[in-house]
Amino acid sequence: MKLRTLTLATLAALAAAAGGPALAADDVVIGDIDDMSGVYADVMGAAGVEVVKWAAADFGGTVLGRKITVLSADHQNKPDIGAAKFREWADQNGLNLLLGGSNTGVNIAMAKVAAVKKVPIFNIGPGGASLTNEDCTAYSVHYTYDTVALANGTASAIVNAGGKTWFFLTADYAFGTQLQAAASKVVEAHGGKVLGAVRVPLGAADFSSFLLQAQASGAQVLGLSNAGTDFSNSLKAANEFGITKTMKPAALLAFITDIHSLTLQTAQGLYLTDAWYWDLNPETRAFGKRFFEKFGREPTMDQAGAYSATLTYLKAVKAVGSTDSDKVMAELKRTRINDMFTRGGYIRADGAMIHDMYVWQVKTPQESKYPWDYYKLVKKMSGEEAFGPITGLCPLAPAPR
Amino acid sequence: MTTVFGIPVAVILGQLMLGLVNGSFYALLSLGLAVIFGLMRVVNFAHGAFYTLGAFAALLGLQQLGINYWASLALAPLAVGLVGIAVERLLLRRVAGLDPLYGLLLTFGLALVCEGSLTKVFGATGQSYPVPPALAGAVNLGFMFLPLYRAWVIAVSIVVCFSTWFVIERTRLGATLRAATENAPLVQAFGVNVPLLVAATYGGGVALAALAGVLASPIVLVNSHMGSSLVIVVFAVVVIGGMGSILGSIVSGLALGIVEGFTKVIYPEASNVVIFLVMALVLILRPTGLFGRD
Repeated sequence: MKLRTLTLATLAALAAAAGGPALAADDVVIGDIDDMSGVYADVMGAAGVEVVKWAAADFGGTVLGRKITVLSADHQNKPDIGAAKFREWADQNGLNLLLGGSNTGVNIAMAKVAAVKKVPIFNIGPGGASLTNEDCTAYSVHYTYDTVALANGTASAIVNAGGKTWFFLTADYAFGTQLQAAASKVVEAHGGKVLGAVRVPLGAADFSSFLLQAQASGAQVLGLSNAGTDFSNSLKAANEFGITKTMKPAALLAFITDIHSLTLQTAQGLYLTDAWYWDLNPETRAFGKRFFEKFGREPTMDQAGAYSATLTYLKAVKAVGSTDSDKVMAELKRTRINDMFTRGGYIRADGAMIHDMYVWQVKTPQESKYPWDYYKLVKKMSGEEAFGPITGLCPLAPAPR
Repeated sequence: MTTVFGIPVAVILGQLMLGLVNGSFYALLSLGLAVIFGLMRVVNFAHGAFYTLGAFAALLGLQQLGINYWASLALAPLAVGLVGIAVERLLLRRVAGLDPLYGLLLTFGLALVCEGSLTKVFGATGQSYPVPPALAGAVNLGFMFLPLYRAWVIAVSIVVCFSTWFVIERTRLGATLRAATENAPLVQAFGVNVPLLVAATYGGGVALAALAGVLASPIVLVNSHMGSSLVIVVFAVVVIGGMGSILGSIVSGLALGIVEGFTKVIYPEASNVVIFLVMALVLILRPTGLFGRD
């Protein structure tokens, strides 16, 4: 009996190891390592992988006469898992491009692998601007948004609208603290003042204690320097405790799926910054419609970014006639990106993809006319304004004099 | 303003109140765990999943069937309790009497399956459950602005916890239950249907978790992960109270909610570990827990 169980287990393990699509030696392989099952799974997740496959199919399914294959894996928000999977694909599967992340900590670990294996990594979901600064590599592109752009958008819009004093509720890890630092800088640069901050452990069950501390500070603005469920639960509690009556909440990172979960009743009036919105123009609406038909919800900026990133990479491969990473990276940094995600976007020497960002205010239930009609435009920022100048922290890109 | 150790009294009272709210959830959840462990010797790692299921039962009841909050408060624990009974009869019974590790692994696996399935079907972001209109709004306590709904949570939790304690410690049914744990064959010889009693106990413990889930649904986003982080804290509460001690789990649940509340003011970064520090201290000084018997 024991022997039979053992045999079965061994067979199962072998089958699992052999699983995944069979790869021909000359396929162009695009991988997505992302949070597929955790708290950020709706931001990119399995739907994001599908979108990458759409981009490959829309490109024709082949490039340079070679078939395009898409791999995906779940990093479970653990840097070691993400890095190990990346290394495995680079060594054994002939990986040409890695997409994804959705967690700054995981992406920092994967960037180190990109540098060693010389495989381009397009950071789609993580926010940390360190990915194009102290953690930059010659093969890194930060595609969708970063903490600096979020802060430049939301924080400056609110300070200019009169919200001069701030108190931050910060997720206690790399992303939250980088975001708070970036936002504090913007607040102070615009003549505002940071009265205090509280660092909240990731995934806290209850935010009310922290919110009362924020209220006691007397600040005008409640800066929510967190994301996902933490963001939603803290805003929900702020409403419940009547804190939003005395303080203006500022979402430093909110995805459209978060707003949908919270409902307009709770989220109305909130300022937020986003790289992309489904209801911007006919092209974005077409992409939104396609996504909605498949998944029953509108895509996030990350999912739109993943589609665009895949096309951008494939166009560069086609242009240089090779998947050689150095040649492709050189081409990527030379060309302008024009698609449904961005107009005239470009990849800077430090790897940041510079493109327009939008500051939005969430509509009231009365203002919303149709399903997913959630945002009204406060301000469109040029890429230069949003992402700011090169800092010089990345050795590839010296700061301008 | 009057202060104690440099903290205004109003802030202290406010945190005390919020600590009690969180403590109410800890007490309800750890009570179910304590009942199950005390009477069945099963370390129920699926407790967080049943809490999540309770919240989803309320949410889906409202969305699909139009069942309001008040009815859900009774129906969701009933439905999830029945699921619990099925789990006991079909799965847990098979590992009864073996090393407790088997029950632990089985329930842990169940929790993972449950969480994964909910993520697959409903996504990871979660959905909002509205606060029932009768409990919307807030009262001004002078030192803080307390949402009525949170006050309601404290009240329900205290009533349910002490009723459960009373049933188990002070009634004939409870006496039979406790006797069955001491010596099942003997109690069976007296004509008591012990297997039924055990199934009902598990169902009851699970129903308590589901009730906590329904109570939590208007406060947090209902999502597949809501139980997984909570269950670890609740285990620590049970260990501190004394494994299997009913009163211990209630008192330590409420007390640790308050301890955690104060940590959030004094040193917020430690608020997610303070309960484990207390657990370590208790294990060093009193390994059977505060209310445990040797």
